[in-house]
Amino acid sequence: MTIDTVELAAKTPDQPQPWDELGLKEDEYQRIRDILGRRPTNAELAMYSVMWSEHCSYKSSKVHLRQFGEKAPASDALLVGMGQNAGVVDIGHGYAVTFKIESHNHPSYVEPYQGAATGVGGIVRDILAMGARPVAVMDSLRFGPLEADDTHRVLPGVVAGVGGYGNCLGLPNIGGEVVFDPSYAANPLVNALCVGVMKHEDIHLANATGVGNKVVLFGARTGGDGIGGASILASESFDDSKPSKRPAVQVGDPFMEKVLIECCLELFEAQVVEAIQDLGAAGISCATSELASNGDGGMYVQLEKVLLRDPSLTPGEIMMSESQERMMGIVTPENLDAFLAITARWDVETAVIGEVTDTGRLIIDWHGETIVDVDPRTVAHDGPVYERPFERPAWQDELQAAGPDSLPRPSGGEELRDTLLRLLASPNLASKAWITDQYDRYVLGNTVLAQPEDAGVLRIDESTGLGVAIATDGNGRYAKLDPYTGAQLALAEAYRNVATTGARPLAVTDGLNFGSPEDPAVMWQFAEAIRGLADGCQALGTPVTGGNVSLYNQTGGTAILPTAIVGVLGVLDDVARRTPQGFRTSGQVIYLLGETRDEFGGSEWAWAEHGHLGGLPPSVDLAAERELADILVNASRDGLIDAAHDLSDGGLAIALTESVLRYGVGARVWVPDGLDPFVFLFSESQARAIVAVPRSEEVRFTDMCSARRFAHQRIGVVDDGGVLDVQGLFAVPLDQLRTAHESTLSSAFEA
Amino acid sequence: MRIGVVTFPGSLDDRDAARAVRVAGGEAVALWHGDADLHGVDAVVLPGGFSYGDYLRCGAIARFAPVMEPLIDAARGGLPVLGICNGFQVLCESHLLPGALIRNDHRKFVCRDQPLRVESTTTAWTSGYAAAQEIVIPLKNGEGGYVADQRTLDELEGEGRVVVRYLGDNPNGSYRDIAGITNARGNVVGLMPHPEHAVESLTGPSTDGLGFFTSVLEGLVRA
Repeated sequence: MTIDTVELAAKTPDQPQPWDELGLKEDEYQRIRDILGRRPTNAELAMYSVMWSEHCSYKSSKVHLRQFGEKAPASDALLVGMGQNAGVVDIGHGYAVTFKIESHNHPSYVEPYQGAATGVGGIVRDILAMGARPVAVMDSLRFGPLEADDTHRVLPGVVAGVGGYGNCLGLPNIGGEVVFDPSYAANPLVNALCVGVMKHEDIHLANATGVGNKVVLFGARTGGDGIGGASILASESFDDSKPSKRPAVQVGDPFMEKVLIECCLELFEAQVVEAIQDLGAAGISCATSELASNGDGGMYVQLEKVLLRDPSLTPGEIMMSESQERMMGIVTPENLDAFLAITARWDVETAVIGEVTDTGRLIIDWHGETIVDVDPRTVAHDGPVYERPFERPAWQDELQAAGPDSLPRPSGGEELRDTLLRLLASPNLASKAWITDQYDRYVLGNTVLAQPEDAGVLRIDESTGLGVAIATDGNGRYAKLDPYTGAQLALAEAYRNVATTGARPLAVTDGLNFGSPEDPAVMWQFAEAIRGLADGCQALGTPVTGGNVSLYNQTGGTAILPTAIVGVLGVLDDVARRTPQGFRTSGQVIYLLGETRDEFGGSEWAWAEHGHLGGLPPSVDLAAERELADILVNASRDGLIDAAHDLSDGGLAIALTESVLRYGVGARVWVPDGLDPFVFLFSESQARAIVAVPRSEEVRFTDMCSARRFAHQRIGVVDDGGVLDVQGLFAVPLDQLRTAHESTLSSAFEA
Repeated sequence: MRIGVVTFPGSLDDRDAARAVRVAGGEAVALWHGDADLHGVDAVVLPGGFSYGDYLRCGAIARFAPVMEPLIDAARGGLPVLGICNGFQVLCESHLLPGALIRNDHRKFVCRDQPLRVESTTTAWTSGYAAAQEIVIPLKNGEGGYVADQRTLDELEGEGRVVVRYLGDNPNGSYRDIAGITNARGNVVGLMPHPEHAVESLTGPSTDGLGFFTSVLEGLVRA
């Protein structure tokens, strides 16, 4: 094998190079030549091609993402903002929480189990690299139609992968969502969120500083898996004409990752490591160039010292490999022995591969010959930035004009009851227990609430009861009708879900999943969604701390529904005060908070009953969301409510059913005067929740709502009759509700 | 009273088991797989997880860990040992308990709040329960199907060595709905469900699991 060295590259400027196959555009290749003043070596070309890919460089999204910083609300809570492995939020008592969502969509379509598993593994390492102990995961999933054959290939594999990896890591899975829509048929979405906890003083940033400090690679050996995953899989649309991409998917080993977690936490605790960076997309190329350019600016690496699983790998492949469960550490020479003693104790293989320099160059040698000599900033930070053209598509007006008003609506008790039972059994509203029962929600012993609750709630500190709540939401149908409003509705719902449990919302992470940025209509959806989300975060006072962009989620000319998944983190000063979703105590009064309007555009009813998507999504009122959240948080703190459930997809009828089913009670409910029963039961108006109020607290509770001029209606009473009785319209026994709600997924996948 | 909790590489519920020991009023002592020393503890918990990645077979590698050598001897000598989930698998691989745990019959991981009946209250770990008491504690496993030959099963039943049994739907295909068993002496107990996840009402479906830990502590006080 001839090694393509820097020296050789300088002498052979005209040697043809496979920039096209590596996913680079011609002008990008030319720019690399301009930066280097010569042609790149094969290893340099590999490095630039992955780091300048859409997945790593955010080249199409960067110009829009800036708004999250520009419009960020003033927040005392933010300790580390965007740009690091994950943002960090102060939750009080000296504790900090880091959380982030990341997509692994394309790999999960090609190889569902490994794609989803390594998606979990990657985000967990991001959290770990900040110095935090990972304490929980969540997953936000989108699939094609439930009945489609391919969904039966993709979904069980993805669920087994999320579970298989997360369960083996010992991280509770505390929530998420699952949505079915035809647009996700060949483009499933697998977004995984991880949350970690540390003390303020333990925050670590991934910077390579301190000339002479050692660069150490530890964890799994480097193999031939996942080569080009970022550039090839995640940065273009699928196309049948290209060869199988299976080898581009990484293979995970959760046992290795569990050991790596404990090992890294011990390294942090012993204070023998300056910085840790995880190896994810673009592997060593990414870790070395990012660590160097965020630090003193130089690094020298002897690539042959990397421990290999496959000795036949070329230097370029070693640099591009996305083998999982690897970390890169920066260690002072004095601490090296102590560092190696800890990795040895955990049987983690470790190699010192280089050191930090002040040359401003990232130099990588292979057996004494220099194969990379670049300014690391040009690789990690100065990638191309595109101002992609975007334009509101011509069909948008038509879509918005075709509202749901002409759809036949059920009337009378029997039709309303049948509608409820059908909606309860529809794939998007049906119980997801078949999926979530495959995830361990108990491990670590701090899970206070988990799915199907509105948000996952964790105890962080046993002595003070300090806790956090996290919810993810995203409604692609709303966003299709109006991407600006749709993104705000996703934010509003996650924010509301967190507040429903009694937690004060603090910060946001986002997973932005869209089609091809080369389509101006998709780019318009993307730009609008970001503008909406940034404005929304400003209005709610919750900054975006970090997140992920996944583009090219389309097959042929059809893009997925624009899907902005928003994760909101909140804090509970005393987690014992959390408000659960289920009604439990007979005699408690049910209040509906918020205004109910005739809003069915993009609703689950229009979709499930009529296959209709058109009109405008429900209107968003962020001031009302803030007020509602305040009420829910105060009511939880003061013990005024015993249960609360947010109203979202499917409206009040679905929320009521879920609240009575949770602990198997009954409820009598009446339709308030002047409200159409159908609108009352199924509208998806926002900024609403139902609560169960003990009679002893009723006056205090209604006084609080009145003082804040927030709409509240007494709509029912919890009883132990085992029936959901909507008085004057219909009564359904719990058994019947439960069968409708719980059979859909199990019968689809157990057949 | 000092109760050791062993950490193998891949142990997951070790911190939870230690918390349960503390909640029950005992002192939890961390034991390391590579250290062939029980450090004078009065009882040992082998926690849940995926020791050594569950490579080869669940518990098959852990059984050969250095810490298991003194543990197996001490268990034969009467030291109370509780194996939970992966710990149960390790006890079977060590032949301290008969039978084996195989892949769930539905071939999926299952996590649920599991109703159980306590069938034996004469073991070191269940003496605090009432006879035939019904409890609910979390169950979470991928390979929790208890199997043994007919003669062994008959022997376990005949000698009152079935400790807990699943109520309602059998969650994993275990023979005779067996969720936990003990050795002839009653000091070694293996359980598929997780009592350490049901010791606080804030985080568990109940506090029904606490009895396993208080039973052994009370037994040690009496001894």
